[in-house]
Amino acid sequence: MTHKNPCIALLIAVALVAVGMVPALAEEAHPEKQDWSHQGPTGTFDRGALQRGFQVYREVCSACHDLKYITFRNLGDLGYSKAEIAALAAEYEVADGPNDDGDMFTRPGIPSDHIPSPFANDNAARASNGGALPPDLSLIVKAREGGEDYIYALLTGYRDAPDDFTLGEGLNYNPYFTNSQIAMPQPLFEEAVEFADGTGASVEQMAHDVTTFLAWAAEPTLEARKRLGFKVMIYLLILVGLMYAVNRRVWKKLKQ
Amino acid sequence: MQAEKRELLMATDHDTNSGEGGKTRRDFLYVATGAFGAVGAAAFAWPLIDQMNPSADVLALSSIKVDLSAIEVGRTIKVVWRKQPVFIRHRTAADIRDARADDSAEMPDPEPDAERVERPEWLIMVGVCTHLGCIPLGDRGDYGGWFCPCHGSHYDKSGRIRKGPAPKNLVVPKYVFVDDNTVRIG
Amino acid sequence: MSFGSFQPKNRFIKWFDGQLPILSLMHGTVVSYPTPRNLNYWWNFGSLAGIFLTVQIITGVILAMHYTPESTMAFDSVEHIMRDVNYGWLLRYMHANGASMFFLVVYIHIFRGLYFGSYKAPREVLWWLGLVILLLMMASGFMGYVLPWGQMSFWAAKVITNLFSAIPIVGESVVRWLWGDFSVGNATLNRFFSLHYLLPFLIVGVVILHIWALHIPGSNNPLGIDAKGPQDKIPFHPYYTAKDLFGLSVISVVFAFFIFYAPNSLGHPDNYIPANPLATPPHIVPEWYYLPFYAILRAIPDKLFGVIAMFSSILLLFALPWLDTSKVRSARFRPIYKQFFWLLVIDAVVLGYVGANPPEGAFILIGRLATTYYFLHFLVIVPIVGWLEKPKPLPESIASAVLGDKAEG
Repeated sequence: MTHKNPCIALLIAVALVAVGMVPALAEEAHPEKQDWSHQGPTGTFDRGALQRGFQVYREVCSACHDLKYITFRNLGDLGYSKAEIAALAAEYEVADGPNDDGDMFTRPGIPSDHIPSPFANDNAARASNGGALPPDLSLIVKAREGGEDYIYALLTGYRDAPDDFTLGEGLNYNPYFTNSQIAMPQPLFEEAVEFADGTGASVEQMAHDVTTFLAWAAEPTLEARKRLGFKVMIYLLILVGLMYAVNRRVWKKLKQ
Repeated sequence: MQAEKRELLMATDHDTNSGEGGKTRRDFLYVATGAFGAVGAAAFAWPLIDQMNPSADVLALSSIKVDLSAIEVGRTIKVVWRKQPVFIRHRTAADIRDARADDSAEMPDPEPDAERVERPEWLIMVGVCTHLGCIPLGDRGDYGGWFCPCHGSHYDKSGRIRKGPAPKNLVVPKYVFVDDNTVRIG
Repeated sequence: MSFGSFQPKNRFIKWFDGQLPILSLMHGTVVSYPTPRNLNYWWNFGSLAGIFLTVQIITGVILAMHYTPESTMAFDSVEHIMRDVNYGWLLRYMHANGASMFFLVVYIHIFRGLYFGSYKAPREVLWWLGLVILLLMMASGFMGYVLPWGQMSFWAAKVITNLFSAIPIVGESVVRWLWGDFSVGNATLNRFFSLHYLLPFLIVGVVILHIWALHIPGSNNPLGIDAKGPQDKIPFHPYYTAKDLFGLSVISVVFAFFIFYAPNSLGHPDNYIPANPLATPPHIVPEWYYLPFYAILRAIPDKLFGVIAMFSSILLLFALPWLDTSKVRSARFRPIYKQFFWLLVIDAVVLGYVGANPPEGAFILIGRLATTYYFLHFLVIVPIVGWLEKPKPLPESIASAVLGDKAEG
């Protein structure tokens, strides 16, 4: 086909060179690739990381960030028992109502409740955060180019701005964010959290664990997907083999 | 031309196996592949069917815990369970006595009161008329229990159908006393 | 000619078919239908397109049981499907990636037609019906992408519906009529849901006409020459049913790979952000299957002419049977046309790449060159090559081409 024709090859080469001349459009830093236990065709979530990450979310992030698509019962995936989940839910006050008098009230959480929002609504969230809206974190890992690697880079990427850089008012320097400035101040500091399993809470460790937790939150069915995928692929590969044999057998009749 | 056509049809016809065992070998391959494909098709069809079953969030609400401590003797409250009303009545001694007195009375769906309650002072039933689904009104009717205004079914102090078109007693859901003041329904 | 008519042994079937001959129709269509004996794997893609249409309809109808087409609830309902509905994640990923597979398969099917001259007489109406199917697919896919009500859903809807404001005089009214509001909103979402449910069934209707139109002259073949005698054709079943099932099993591996191991690779992360009418995403891009047309749209600086160019890129294909002046169908025997065919393929890929990138820097020039080349191909190159080209000698018949070597031993 095309490999026999030098004209085509020349054209492809020209196209590639032309494309290569296009300047890099993103001035932000590119997140480095990290290792995630849930990556790859047989990846699974590290339960320890999930639990530690949840702890980081509760103690640090939940002050400003929603996790509205996660219900307490979902936390069973992290390895908590039903009793632990019921106790955990009961620690939260959840809005409910109206009661028979027509008033809204709060009550202790139950497993079927969604994790409550720190703010009553978006406007309240903005008012508390200098006009910036802290995004819901339920899908953040799927909603950002670079996924887990980006979130990890962002959380560990805070540093002093270079001398020639003008930082906008109320913003913080982070080379991984658009225009290298982000409204969120650095959220993670060394030993900010005391992990129940004794793991040292370095910034990298907390960032890794909370990112793993958020990856789970974005797609709790990931492990089920990969497990089913394995069975389906095996089945299909066998089917391809069988259909190949059938097809050959059928067409042999025409050999004449 | 006709002969050619016939020859072609025969050549492209099924069969013409080469050697003995050719037919069985061919059949086996087709049968095995067909069976393999059928298994795959069934496996593929299952999620298409199962997706209509209640989803996880619906199942999560399939049981509720009710605090009974605020219900005075002689009062009935209504809670919602699986989108249905559930009557919880804190029966008086008189209620219990009257209900049990009628245990052997003639009724469409005979059932002793003791079999309808875990603890005699708590009557817990799904508040949906077994006739066509309306919600019966409490402290009404000829038997001191409930009366359904839609078609005139009368239920007694144990929630049993005594008069009217309803065929069965008010349904008693599965419930368990978590402690003396809390019951889990479902 | 035919390879035997439908002769049921069952009396009930015979009686039923006598009154409503649907079974003998099916028999004539997929069992005894005489098909050229030399079809290669490029001919698998028509049946694959039909399969993916079916997959989309089945998964779509099921998703519609759980989806809520209201602007404050749509995004949440999709997450409900992903998290709570039994196998909801599987159905959603099948539908989203199934759309990509559907377009992939249809684009290969179209390029097959371009290479082997399947659009030429006596198959012009067949070609037109195919183009109508493509247009309906594009409309349906566009509306479907709006339904999750993510950032890309909303902004793609805004950008594409705004194109109609380019229509002189009535443009603004048309856009407001499409929106049902002064901006893309709930009214728009609801009607897109209704139409997205409807259009695939219109596609089914046109597909039936497409197959009917095919069966009148019969299928084309890689040599592009007509069948001359009975030895040139074989019954569809079991030969092409077996081959199509094999092809289906292979493409299922590709489909399964996307669903289970890279389900979001063809999508855009921004669509996992709920729609925000007050925040425009930095780069608005459609799904990959629209990228070449998006590039053509943006290549023309004028709004109206950009829209005209984009629609013309498909509409001019209706004229292709007459633009191509060659009497020879298959590019196998057209050495000059064959080179330009591959240039067109490269051009389409380049257009797609340009469409994926912001219209800045070198992309502007490349996009304009590639767009010019696209129109040049159909309006200038194809007619001229048809006239001037000296085709290679055609084989005597299909059978002699297939069996000839073997006869010589």
